[in-house]
Formats: sequence, structure tokens, C-alpha cells
Amino acid sequence: MNDLYILGIETSCDETAVAIIKNGTEIISNVVASQIESHKRFGGVVPEIASRHHVEQMTIVLEEAMNESKLTFQDLSAIAVTAGPGLVGALLIGVEAAKSLSFAHSLPLVPVHHIAGHIYANRLVKEMQFPLLALVVSGGHTELIYMKEHGHFEVIGETRDDAAGEAYDKVARTLNLPYPGGPHIDRLAQEGEATIDLPRAWLEEGSYDFSFSGLKSAVINTVHNAEQRGETIKPEALAASFQASVVDVLVEKTIRAAKQYNVKQVLLAGGVAANQGLRVRLEQAIGTLDNVDLIIPPLKLCTDNAAMIAAAGSIFYEKGIRADLSLNANPGLDLEAFSR
Amino acid sequence: MNILAIDTSTDVLGIGLVSDEKVIGEYITNIKRNHSTRVLPAIEYLLKDCGIQTKDINKIVVAEGPGSYTGLRIGVTIGKTLAWTLKIPLVGVSSLKVMAASGRYFDGYISPIIDARRGNIYTGLYKFENGEIIEVLEDQHISTEDWVLKLNAMEKPILVLGSDVPQHKEIFTVRLNEFACFAPITDNIPRPGELALLGRQLVEENIHSFVPNYTRLAEAEAKWREQNRR
Ligand SMILES: [Zn+2]
Repeated sequence: MNDLYILGIETSCDETAVAIIKNGTEIISNVVASQIESHKRFGGVVPEIASRHHVEQMTIVLEEAMNESKLTFQDLSAIAVTAGPGLVGALLIGVEAAKSLSFAHSLPLVPVHHIAGHIYANRLVKEMQFPLLALVVSGGHTELIYMKEHGHFEVIGETRDDAAGEAYDKVARTLNLPYPGGPHIDRLAQEGEATIDLPRAWLEEGSYDFSFSGLKSAVINTVHNAEQRGETIKPEALAASFQASVVDVLVEKTIRAAKQYNVKQVLLAGGVAANQGLRVRLEQAIGTLDNVDLIIPPLKLCTDNAAMIAAAGSIFYEKGIRADLSLNANPGLDLEAFSR
Repeated sequence: MNILAIDTSTDVLGIGLVSDEKVIGEYITNIKRNHSTRVLPAIEYLLKDCGIQTKDINKIVVAEGPGSYTGLRIGVTIGKTLAWTLKIPLVGVSSLKVMAASGRYFDGYISPIIDARRGNIYTGLYKFENGEIIEVLEDQHISTEDWVLKLNAMEKPILVLGSDVPQHKEIFTVRLNEFACFAPITDNIPRPGELALLGRQLVEENIHSFVPNYTRLAEAEAKWREQNRR
């Protein structure tokens, strides 16, 4: 059988990324151009500026990924691209570039859901075993996804308000930490004790959904009240207490779902998977379960990249999922509807 | 020599194909519909109908702006990616210049306009000299009020062109009086064949560094520069 080479393109937020994956699991090249330095000035990603940077970077990143791979377009099996969700203007650049390549070389075009990509980053580390549970935590997502087989996704829990990463960014701003705040809070939390009492939103009994806006408000109120009383709060203690609250809920719900669904693997996916506090606690908790394997991809594959899109694209390609030249960017693309 | 031209800078979607001394195909629509779903299918359709394969394209000309930010990015991204992967030259031509080309036989100045909302337009000033189009005032983003003041000072007939003319017609008529001239609606549509011809002699751009001519900074960027001015 011929080897399967998929070129993946990802531009859903502030990274312009292209990668080539062999047979769904082997990274041939993986190039990411980050815009973070440009957006830092604004304390967050500015959509119009992100779109402009993607136009500047797209062919440069494509060329680097192709050169690194030593392959030609004739060697490729298909082009995979993030079709959504994400910033519509940013997604569009990747989608138009992918369609242009598909058209120029008569290559099949495979649309990929961004979250499916994050989950499939794990397959670049270790082969998936079903059924499995994926905890996806990033700036835009907090979801528990059940998979009974390749390409099948069932969202069993999701955030009802802020994503975990969003809460991290807002709390970081309250503590006057630079953007992006997540890594700073994680670092401070390692240096402090969780001595401040903050709420944990468990929601209704049995629910796998999340809510972080109440916690975020509690943090802001705590800081505000202390200021009014003329007291100072140790940022380390606040960071540790906030992180403990987030991690408690994430880990507890993940473990409960892992037991209920009798899964063989738990995958951690998304940018927040880089968080040390979350990694350590999840490792400990999964360790208490019998025959459940925890997979956490290396940092480079947790944050947005195209290797994960090409990895997911490999599975969708084999399942026969195709798009034509009318493919559009869909900022609100639904994971379950997409995989049906 | 086959030239493919792509214009997505306004509501007009224009794809043109020029083969040597002949315009062999043009695809034009002027409707408010998503360019992103329609540009590549239109290119595929036109090439197929004209019997031209992607490997037979020798050059790509793209309308580089000004115009709709998203529209420009769609055309420019397709132009850059195709030119890069087919290893052929890419050139950009002002979207306004393409519009002005429809005023070839007009004796006077030509002011192509694209509506930019809130009483503003993207425009420039052009004229024809010995059959050559010449830029008189550079492409800019300006309020229609300020623009007519500039034009008034020229004291010459001015042909106002573009499919957004109706919404700005009154101010030109009132301020320029007998100097204001308007074209029939057929000339208000930029022709992708003209775009191909305008780009034919131009020296190729560096594909990687080629970006749309937005004529304006992103709003957040402008504010940031304002606040951080030393
Ligand atoms: Zn992501």
C-alpha cells in the first residue's frame, strides 16, 4: 500500500501553520509562525490584525513546510484545512490557500474541525485506543468529548460561559500579568499556597458541563474588596487558589466521566494542556484508575499547529470526507454535526 | 502567454483570462454574495470553458486594493498561493485603476470610487494620455466631502466611475456642477480583462511579501500608534 501524505493548514486564530503527516502518525514537517508578539500590545488577539498577518505568512510557511519535507505536491495524497471554529477572517486565509492548492494540483480537499485536530495531536504521540475521553482546554474551549471510534465525537460536557483559558486571561489581567496570562498564573501558582476560598461550579448532579464566570467574578471581587480594606493579597496565593479551583473541577469531572464511560484512554488537548498544575493533578488522579492510560502531547502539539490538523485530516480522508472548491470558513462549526 | 486576472475587491467578482492578444474569457457578477465560496469555482469554470489547464497559466494579476478588507484578502491569498505553487509570476494592480480603465475615451480626469461607509470613499484620480492610463492623485481613503473639494480645484471635467456611484452621485453633482460626468451602468463594472492587460507588462512582485493595499491601518493598530506616539 502507498504511504499517505497529508498536508495540513491551520489559521483559526493567531498562528499560521502548515505541516505534513505520513500515514496519520508521523510528523514529516511542522511549521508554525506565531503572531503573539504583535497581539501582545493589545492584550489579546485582534481579528483584523490576525487576518493581515496570515496573508503575510501563508506562502512563507507553506514553502518552509514543503522544503523541510523534501516532498513535491505530486507526492501528497490530500490537503487538509481547519474549516472552523475560529476567527472567520483568519480561517478564510487557510481555507482559500488550501482550495488553491487542491485546485492547482487536483488534490482532494479535506475539511477539519479545529477541536478534532487538537484531539488527534495525541495520535502523533501514541496510537488511540477506544473508547476514549478527551479533555479539551484552551483559550476558546473547555470540552469533554467521548469517542467510541475514529472520527466519531460526542460532546458530553462543555462550558456554559467562559472557556477555562479565557478565565485564566481575565484573572491574569486582574493581577496585572502580561498577555497571555495562563503561563504566568501557572508559574505563580507553583510558588504559592491555595489559602483563599474560591467557589467551584459543579452545576447539576451528573452534569459534565463547566462554568468559570462565577469563579472569575469571585477572584475580581476578592481583589477589589482587599483593595478597599487597604489590604494586599499575595498574587501567588490568589493564583494558586484560582488554579486549584479550576483544576479541581476539570479533574473531578474528567475522572467521573472516565469511570462512567469505561474508557481505555484519557487524552488532554488544547493550549491549557501545557499547564503544570493541571498535568500533575490529572496524572495523579488517572493513576488511581485501573487500566486507564493518560496521554498528554508535548507543548508544541498542544498549542495551535497544523500537524494535528493533518493528523485528523488523515482519518477524515480515509473516511471519505471531502470538500469542494466552494468550501467556506465556518466560525461556529459544530463538532458533532461535522463528524456525522 | 495566458494571464489569469482575479478581482474581489468590491461586490464585483471578476475573473479574466487573456491569451496573447485576445481576451478569451471573463466571468463577472455584481451581487452581494460571499466571495469565499465562489472565486475558485469561478476560476475553475472559466478555465475549463476556455480549454486552459492550470499548468498553461503563465502569469497571475490580482486587484490589490483598496476595497473590502476581506474581499482583498480572498483574492490576494488565492493569487499568491496559485502563483507560488505553479511557480509563475504574480503582479498586483490598483482596484481603482482597473475601474478607471473603463473611462479610456473620456477627455478629462477619471475618479473611480468605492464606498467606504460613513461618508467615506476609496478613490484616486487618473487620466489617459496617448492611450496610457496615468495616476494623477494616488489611491486614498477620504471623506467624499474632502474629495470633491480637491476635485473642484482641478477645473476640468471629471468622470466618476464605479458601481457605488449612485450613493455618492448627489454630492458630486452639487459640488462639481457641470464638471461632474457619469458613465452608463455598463462602464461602472471593472473589467477583469482590463486588469489582465494592466498587469501584463508589470514586473513580478515578491510573492511572499505581497500584501493587499488596504490604504488604512487596522483600527486597533491606528489607535495603538496614536497612544504610543513619542
Ligand atoms: Zn486551538
